Amino acid sequence: MPVVDGVELPETPLLDELEKGPWPSFVKEIKKTAIEQEKAMKAGKKIKLPGAAKGLLKVLELAYKDKRTHWKHGGIVSVIGYGGGVIGRYCDLEDQIPEVWHFHTIRINMPAGWFYTTKALRTICDVWEKWGSGLTNFHGSTGDIILLGTRTEYLQPCANALAYADQLYGGVPFDIGGSGSDLRTPSACMGPALCEFACYDTLKACYEFTMRYQNELHRPMWPYKFKIKCSGCPNDCVAAKARSDFAIIGTWKDEIQIDQEAVREYAKVIDIEEHVVKKCPTKAISWDGKELKINNRECIRCMHCINVLPKALKPGKERGATILIGGKAPFVDGAIIGWVAVPFIPENELIEKCCEMLEAIWEWWDEEGKFRERVGELIWRKGMDEFLKVINQKADVRMVYAPRNNPFIFWRELNE
Amino acid sequence: MVAQEVEKEPEETLQPKTDFGPPHYEIMLHPVVKKNYGKWAYHEAVRPGVIKRVAESGDVIYTVRFGTPRLLSIYTVREICEIADKYCDGYLRFTSRHNVEFILTDPDKIEPLIKEVQEKLGFPCGGTRDTTNAKYCLSNIIHTQGWVHCHTPATDASGIVKSVMDELYDYFTDYKLPAQCRISLACCANMCGAVHASDISIVGVHRKVPKIDDDAVRRTCEIPSTVAACPTGALKPDMKRKTVVLDKDKCMYCGNCYTMCPGMPIFDPDNDGVAILVAGKVSDARYPPQLSKVVVPWIGNNPPRWPEVVQTIKKILETWATHAEKYERIAEWVHRIGWERFFELTGLEFTEKLIDDYKRTPYIYASYRTSAAFRW
Repeated sequence: MPVVDGVELPETPLLDELEKGPWPSFVKEIKKTAIEQEKAMKAGKKIKLPGAAKGLLKVLELAYKDKRTHWKHGGIVSVIGYGGGVIGRYCDLEDQIPEVWHFHTIRINMPAGWFYTTKALRTICDVWEKWGSGLTNFHGSTGDIILLGTRTEYLQPCANALAYADQLYGGVPFDIGGSGSDLRTPSACMGPALCEFACYDTLKACYEFTMRYQNELHRPMWPYKFKIKCSGCPNDCVAAKARSDFAIIGTWKDEIQIDQEAVREYAKVIDIEEHVVKKCPTKAISWDGKELKINNRECIRCMHCINVLPKALKPGKERGATILIGGKAPFVDGAIIGWVAVPFIPENELIEKCCEMLEAIWEWWDEEGKFRERVGELIWRKGMDEFLKVINQKADVRMVYAPRNNPFIFWRELNE
Repeated sequence: MVAQEVEKEPEETLQPKTDFGPPHYEIMLHPVVKKNYGKWAYHEAVRPGVIKRVAESGDVIYTVRFGTPRLLSIYTVREICEIADKYCDGYLRFTSRHNVEFILTDPDKIEPLIKEVQEKLGFPCGGTRDTTNAKYCLSNIIHTQGWVHCHTPATDASGIVKSVMDELYDYFTDYKLPAQCRISLACCANMCGAVHASDISIVGVHRKVPKIDDDAVRRTCEIPSTVAACPTGALKPDMKRKTVVLDKDKCMYCGNCYTMCPGMPIFDPDNDGVAILVAGKVSDARYPPQLSKVVVPWIGNNPPRWPEVVQTIKKILETWATHAEKYERIAEWVHRIGWERFFELTGLEFTEKLIDDYKRTPYIYASYRTSAAFRW
């Protein structure tokens, strides 16, 4: 057995291959955890699961050898008061590798925009060093901080440690995130904190939704999962259009703001015609070497020209967001990129309007949705006309690329 | 043996506290970020990985981005914290693609920071773009748990990502691409990674039907929900025997039934593997968002380094990077040259497996506007 710093590690010839090469290695991270946690324990620190990372190395090496996973379905594990946020996980090699027989995940609700102080990050480290495997993901696919692997009996103490972190660890308290058929932890791009393109306050919106819907987030009660993501502009850095049932995409309605002097400065270093004018999808831009003209009636606010000339061009002043509905992965009716449900909501009405809509959607989906039917699939089954009634919206040509190409229209109102 | 009286930890005796939510983002913001919140004027690319952000007030912030393996030890996170304390007054952030970004105000500290991160953590600086000059780094690969922690994967996640990024390392640290390229990996079709709108996606797929263990189905499964999980109607309840029966001809091995029911294991080490998809995007820039399209139906799992997958990804990326115009993402490039040329140039084989026969996605969807780009 290889011994590092006085700590014995299991033989992992296959995994060792993944320590080679320039990209940072997850295998090194697991080994480092195994070594450092054992050293910390020997130095007198209270550590409940000193062998977990070592156990993971053994399981993973076997997975690599057998070309299959060795994790089993979770069953129901949770913390008091919540139905979601903890993913039960057991190993199918209980006798062989008892260290990771239980290896449950805890999802921790990250701060909006994934901004941290080192004090907050150290809280996570201190709690997870004591009560778990010491292994994390920054971050999981939905955006939560993922704590990888602990035993059932440590779930509640770990949640308590995080909840009372200010008193117990001199740290920053954290709450648990969503999982299962509930509101998944909402996420947001960095928005106005760092980006001049943000057309609404994505962090504030994300935080408001998260706080207002704590019950929906922690207690799975719906047909399936529901995701909300906030992107400050149509560049969509959090992939809200594809990855959330309810995507809030910042945009504007009036004219792009132009600083002609700054355009001329850019013209000294790049070819405006090649980089900007020719790339405009609606040919709405012209450049005569002195002045950049945008035909805003033709502009579809795709962001390309603004992305290329951030010093010179800015979104307009009449800002807000477009709501796209239905985005999701392939199960069951196929992968969906969300489509327009509301073309524009002004920024000052955005959060309240979204909440009104979310509550109406959830009530309808809860009533009508089948088991494991995402809201986009329910809309396909019931029709956009019914959905528009639910969210109290009139049909708008901006909801489609083109009108229908068949005359098989439901005239239900004449046939009741 | 007498049970020992174990002294309880304070965490074990406290009353559970619920529904207090995440920490407020405001306490996480660097003072200069907080001061200029919503008042940023512009940004510019300094070098790969480094972006300068200038506020209307004249204040300047630099963000310095490093790729991480996503799976991080708390001991690495503590080292990240030490560096952030030293250079960034204790403030940092993570991106939506598993990168860590240090936030600092003093440009003289950038190079020492990069050096220290590379020496202590081994994280490469890069992953950004200079849109003005159409120079792009490859971004980090967003990915799922795989064999590290998931019960339904058809492949591993971290191992493939590590192998691909080792091969494409210079594309992350340098501006070597003509446009944005986002690579994503999901270790099964459940797609926690939601990779269905990525420039290049790697998706774990099974190819053999689940093996129904009637006894396990009876013990551990809810039959109606298992049957309902099947997208193609291949599963039917057998009420008499209290189990399910499978119509093999209808099954397309998605594994959704196994997610619901442990009695239907679908693993097959020799037949599991990955499919490769290309030409998806989510941004509205120039060309509307697109779903990714399958261009390689299956490559078998070949751990620990999946060389066939790595070489296929590299071939696609480099063919695109060689032939694309400035700002042309894979979707836009293929739109211009046609799929005929895509398969010709990449040397990938087009087969009947790439012609869609999944009938559940309704035809109506094609007319829905999957974009916020429209005229007023």
